[in-house]
Amino acid sequence: MPKLAVMLSPADMPPAPATGAGTAEGPSLVCRAAGLSLAALARLLSGSSVRWIASQPDTCQRVYFANHTSHLDAIVIWSSLPQTVRELTRPVAAKDYWQRGLVRRWLAEEVFNAILIDRTDIKVHQSPVDLMLREIGVTKSLIVFPEGSRSVTGEIGEFKSGLYYLARKRPDIELVPVHIDNLNRVLPRGEFLPVPLLSCISFGPPLWLERGEAKADFLDRARRAVIALKE
Amino acid sequence: MNDIRTIALIAGVLGLLAIATVIGQFLKRHPDRGLDPAAVNTFNLRLRGWWIMCTVLAAAFWLGTTATVVLFGLVSFWALREFITLTPTRKGDHRALFWVFFLFTPLHYVLVGLNRYDVFSVFLPVYATLFVLARVAFAGDYKRFLERTAKIQAGLVVCVYCLSFAPALLQIPIKGATIGGNFRLLFFLILLVQFADCMQYVWSRVLGRRLVAAAVSSNRTWEGLLGSATSTALLAAVLWWAAPPFEPWQAALAGFVVALMGFAGGMTMSAIKRDRGVKDYGTLVVGHGGVLDRIDSICFAAPVFYHMTQLFAGAGSP
Repeated sequence: MPKLAVMLSPADMPPAPATGAGTAEGPSLVCRAAGLSLAALARLLSGSSVRWIASQPDTCQRVYFANHTSHLDAIVIWSSLPQTVRELTRPVAAKDYWQRGLVRRWLAEEVFNAILIDRTDIKVHQSPVDLMLREIGVTKSLIVFPEGSRSVTGEIGEFKSGLYYLARKRPDIELVPVHIDNLNRVLPRGEFLPVPLLSCISFGPPLWLERGEAKADFLDRARRAVIALKE
Repeated sequence: MNDIRTIALIAGVLGLLAIATVIGQFLKRHPDRGLDPAAVNTFNLRLRGWWIMCTVLAAAFWLGTTATVVLFGLVSFWALREFITLTPTRKGDHRALFWVFFLFTPLHYVLVGLNRYDVFSVFLPVYATLFVLARVAFAGDYKRFLERTAKIQAGLVVCVYCLSFAPALLQIPIKGATIGGNFRLLFFLILLVQFADCMQYVWSRVLGRRLVAAAVSSNRTWEGLLGSATSTALLAAVLWWAAPPFEPWQAALAGFVVALMGFAGGMTMSAIKRDRGVKDYGTLVVGHGGVLDRIDSICFAAPVFYHMTQLFAGAGSP
């Protein structure tokens, strides 16, 4: 599939704010070690087998979008990426959950290098999509959950429109569908102790916003791309 | 444990594996021999699994009894993981499952390691069962209650309780035998089970006419079962010198029973897999399905082999 993208030069992008992590010198040694061991722990605990279906790991800019079933989702997707890709990938997470407590905050900000989104206070001039785009610049990738919150029934819900605006503002980014299977049983909603069952993470072939594609059509196509990975 | 019998047994098995590997590689490079390439491939993958199994077992034996118990504990843990993953559970089972994985399974293996037969023989079948029933009831979800608790209990008994009788073989006191003798006994059991599996396949291929249960397994036949039990009994009788307390006829009887139990284990796991609509339990060892696919026969054969050893060793219950 040809990319219908106009490559953006760094000059076109708004300047990235200087956050603690991800500056010129990169994350500190402690954070890197913590990241590596957490990735190993997450893989071990979730017993995740990783499948790339008609798709390959790549360091190009991507948005990984997945169904949302558990608090572990972002960590497990992040840890199933190869290390070179992982270092360039930033999960998008809810501020209200990840800023509670010192450990969570340190993990989110320093180790996973997450982009925290305020779900309760979304302003017009500070939309989450603009924030995400500003944070990733022209090198980083994103992990997003377009359903917005964790599914209660296990069914994959309707996608929120953020993914569409991401695709429209940056048509050069590859959108990679990801399906998470069984993680909701490892750590269901409302539980804090995990049961070490085996889960499966499937990455699918990238897709892009077609020229003139309507928002509802695109979101439906993206949702079906995730469901198709379920088999 | 570096006595002559151990060396003979291990050298024999490694020699056979090496010969089989050479044949397998030869058949792979000469696909014109008229053999089914898929069967050759399966054969080679099985061999690879056996090499892995042998290496891990040898490492554990070398490290001693505790390491072997820990190794089997880890295998149980992984097998239970595969079992519960395939079994649909509800949210009300979550907390019960947490304790099953992180308390009951490790504690059971600690008891096995401490050689507390009096406690570990009832710990899972009685206390874990009662706990699971009560914990699921406390969680407040009564839908299909008996079905759900039975699933967890079946997983615990097959994957954890039964398998733990294999490392427990190391603790049976045998007159006039060193610890090397007990290690040989465990190796003997695993060898017989694997051999019975192969013989079942061969006899079913050669003579197989009547399927035991077509809906459950399309290649397990009565001829395969009888052939495998007889061949395994013969092998056991020939190798009786490797398994300390056994006379040749006792070894043959043990071989016969081990083959029957192994077959039963394969059928049982097959039935569960059919019900869930899958072929294998997991993907850890390539071509070997899951861990549970490899150990199902050992799980079923280990307890009866343990008790036969106890009986013939004249130890009775300690």
